[in-house]
Amino acid sequence: MNWDAWIPLLVVASSLLPGLVIFTLAEEQVRLRTALNLLGAFVKLALVSWMVWGVYNGHHFETRLPLLPNLEFVLRAGPLALLFVGLSTVLWLVTTIYAIGYLEGSPHRSRFFGFFSLCVTATVGVALSGNMITFLIFYELLTLATYPLLIHRGTEEARKAGHTYLVYTMIGGALLLLGTAWLYSLTGTLEFTPRGFLAGLGEEHRHALIIIFVLMIAGLGVKAAIVPLHGWLPLAMVAPAPVSALLHAVAVVKAGAFGIVRVVYDVFGVDFATGLGVMEPLAWLAGFTIIYGSLRALFQDDLKRRLAFSTISQVSYVVLGVAIAGPIATIGGVVHLVHQGLMKITLFFCAGNLAETLGIHKVSEMNGVGQRMPWTMAAFTVGAFGMIGAPPVAGFISKWYLGMGALEAGQNWVLLVLAGSSLLNAAYFLPILYAAWFKKTPSSWPHEHDFGRMETAWALLLPPLITAALALAAGLLATLPFSPLDWAKLISVREFY
Amino acid sequence: MKLLQVFLTDTHWAIILVLLPLAAAVLCFLFSRVASFIGVTTLFALLLSVVGLGWQMRETGVYHHAIGGWEAPLGIGLYADGLSLLMLAITALVGLGISIYATSYFKHQDAARFWPLWLLLLASLNALYLSADIFNLYITLELVGLAAVALASLTGGPDALAGAMRYLLTTLLGSLAYLLGVALLYHGYGSVDIAILATQAKSEPVLWVAFGLMGTGLALKMALVPLHFWLPATHANASAPVSALLSALVIKGAFYILLRLWLEIFAPHSGGAETLFGLLGSVAVIWGSLQALRQTRLKLLIAYSTVAQLGYLFIAFPLATIAGATVWIAVAYLALSHALAKAAMFLAAGNLIRFGGHDRIADLDRVVQRLPLTAGAFALAGVSIIGLPPSGGFVGKWLLLESALSQGRWDLVMVILLGSLLAAAYVFKVLGRTFTKAPVSHEAHAVPARMEWVALLLACGAILLGFLAPLIIPLMDIGNPFTISGGQP
Repeated sequence: MNWDAWIPLLVVASSLLPGLVIFTLAEEQVRLRTALNLLGAFVKLALVSWMVWGVYNGHHFETRLPLLPNLEFVLRAGPLALLFVGLSTVLWLVTTIYAIGYLEGSPHRSRFFGFFSLCVTATVGVALSGNMITFLIFYELLTLATYPLLIHRGTEEARKAGHTYLVYTMIGGALLLLGTAWLYSLTGTLEFTPRGFLAGLGEEHRHALIIIFVLMIAGLGVKAAIVPLHGWLPLAMVAPAPVSALLHAVAVVKAGAFGIVRVVYDVFGVDFATGLGVMEPLAWLAGFTIIYGSLRALFQDDLKRRLAFSTISQVSYVVLGVAIAGPIATIGGVVHLVHQGLMKITLFFCAGNLAETLGIHKVSEMNGVGQRMPWTMAAFTVGAFGMIGAPPVAGFISKWYLGMGALEAGQNWVLLVLAGSSLLNAAYFLPILYAAWFKKTPSSWPHEHDFGRMETAWALLLPPLITAALALAAGLLATLPFSPLDWAKLISVREFY
Repeated sequence: MKLLQVFLTDTHWAIILVLLPLAAAVLCFLFSRVASFIGVTTLFALLLSVVGLGWQMRETGVYHHAIGGWEAPLGIGLYADGLSLLMLAITALVGLGISIYATSYFKHQDAARFWPLWLLLLASLNALYLSADIFNLYITLELVGLAAVALASLTGGPDALAGAMRYLLTTLLGSLAYLLGVALLYHGYGSVDIAILATQAKSEPVLWVAFGLMGTGLALKMALVPLHFWLPATHANASAPVSALLSALVIKGAFYILLRLWLEIFAPHSGGAETLFGLLGSVAVIWGSLQALRQTRLKLLIAYSTVAQLGYLFIAFPLATIAGATVWIAVAYLALSHALAKAAMFLAAGNLIRFGGHDRIADLDRVVQRLPLTAGAFALAGVSIIGLPPSGGFVGKWLLLESALSQGRWDLVMVILLGSLLAAAYVFKVLGRTFTKAPVSHEAHAVPARMEWVALLLACGAILLGFLAPLIIPLMDIGNPFTISGGQP
């Protein structure tokens, strides 16, 4: 029996099955639930590590099952897939730990962790999809699995945010479906192929292909929160902190960005898409989103809202890297998938800690919080410097390659966008850091919980420290093998040379 | 092993499928105390018989049997190909679910009335799927209609009676129109056997008029817009198991006849009827979905959703003139998944009504906490109704969309997508409510676990269909039911 053919399926199943079992557990079975969650997360991590090692040594991991007439359900572990799968798996593990600590004692935890596992299943499925139809299945599953998490708190506000989310994502899903089906009617295949599978199509399909490209990018852009399709994201911060963390770092937003990478590289192919003349508008759109998101972030007092707008801005770095359409910019864009994930999840974990421990939700309440929660704020500081793009945090690497790539491709305006965005990032993060570390501590916090000797529960503190360390390591050790940058180079080589 | 094979291939499963529920109906009538036991046992036996028939057909192809040895045009023939097989299978499967549900739902008097009628309905439906001539189809259609009307009036409330009365009149009118068509065809071609008619039919007025009558009658029974006026009241006011069987199974019977006649006799001589069907189907999808979205009561919402989903089945007609079998496979798939999903939805609604005593959508709060299985059933069924992957509904809509795109039918593409979006809107209108917190204002009534699980399992079936296409599509193709026969146009 060929095990290599089943490992991608097992990776998907390793969160699906625990998730389904968790649904059936009673609220009180905390230990069993925790054990299942962690078991799934560690099994997935082991399987993914095995695949990374295997792919490095030239193994081929691919699951193929018949799905529809002439279409198959394909899961394949290529370099790009593994980059995203690896990110999801690692971050799922830490977020699970965080969520266990965060939700301790709150109601409906079985429901929460059930959908949480489904959400990760969908993300991993998106990453491993070997053709567009499989991608579509998991992309829609992601929408469905995230919705109950978004409205988990059950307030009227949450219900409305969930409603907005659905309106955006359902329409986005329909556009993507239309684009995919149309493409299929032209080509008869949907298999992801390096450099795309459209090269054989003649000139007469040019207009159709441009429209298809627009449809697909619009469908994916909803989740990637490209302006003007970003309206749902700032509302979605009503979700519990672990959900926001996962949503902004790996699950929804990243699935959209990853999808754009897939469509450009493995459906259209960079050269073909450039030939269609669609890459330049995409780059402009991404550049605009970067600046717009940062500008809006400046004016938010609610910490999670500020971070949400920052996400809008940062995720478009990935899109920008793709749209510049050169090998070096590709490295920058693709590696930012991972870097932004690590940094943003750190920031959201920290925001959650502030809210849980001290009841702080607003930037204006953060004066002197560094003295009360030094570890949390240290992690926050690393994340914030990463967002600004200061060395040696990982964000610097992304921006460096993006900038170099833009120069190489002769698109100098991108440098302006990058510089402007860095300035704006500094403008909305540095005041937070200044207030937190240097302003005077107020006499009382809005809503303080006592955790004894520790500044907060260890399950809340450990995850941001881990992710902050990873974000630092990704920057410092970028040149070592198996670093995100190393993988991104591999992907770029495969696409361009 | 050898013996088992002989047993499987030589038994006349088709005859069992008709006679067994008929006998069981009589038994239930006589021994009403053990009616539920007889009923559920019968449904299990029916399911096994369908499996037996499927096995037989896999070995020997199309099933054909002349009762008493009298071949058509004199005798009554039984005929089953892949399409019949799947309709029989879905009837038995959904029927089993509804039956198990009914054992908890109906008590005493109600049970004694429900079971004989329900088994009679099953016998008629099975006979309908096995008939080889248009007159037998008429008889079975009439029996199905009458049993369905009696079932719809079962709950006895004034609304239910009014709905049932309306249903009675429409179903009689529909059958009558169909019967007139049969008479015209018999007069014109001297036979009622489908195969014989298929070879003899010519494009001439008698055929057109016959088709007009039969098509209208069947469209009335299927509640194709604008003939849908009776459906919401009837389906929404019946008791939960009856709503489920009306929406999931009874309507499919009429559609099966229409599809059969179209494929075998009328398609080459249609004279543009497919365009009309496509138009009305599109209107049904949009109009039905919009109406569903407007409803404030859950069961009415689900009933209008049926109107909309049936529209998809008609959208296929104009597409099929070019794409043929693919489109019909899509349609059959949609019909199968709709049967499972819609039954699950109505049963879930029944649970909610049992639990809260009402079905006002705005007051459905907190259900997900108290009846998570039912909410899950509604959600999964909703996924298939919307056509999101992975589900049977997605497979059907994908195949339909693919054909519409490759033929450049942008109007239908838009209808399909818009229908899905509207379906998402009305499904989530309900689901969004079930998560919010609200004070509990009513005394809850316990819902038996069995009723919750049946709804959930049927919904899971609709999802599972999304993965089973490679198994089911070859079964559908037994006997090539989707290749258009018929004489020269």
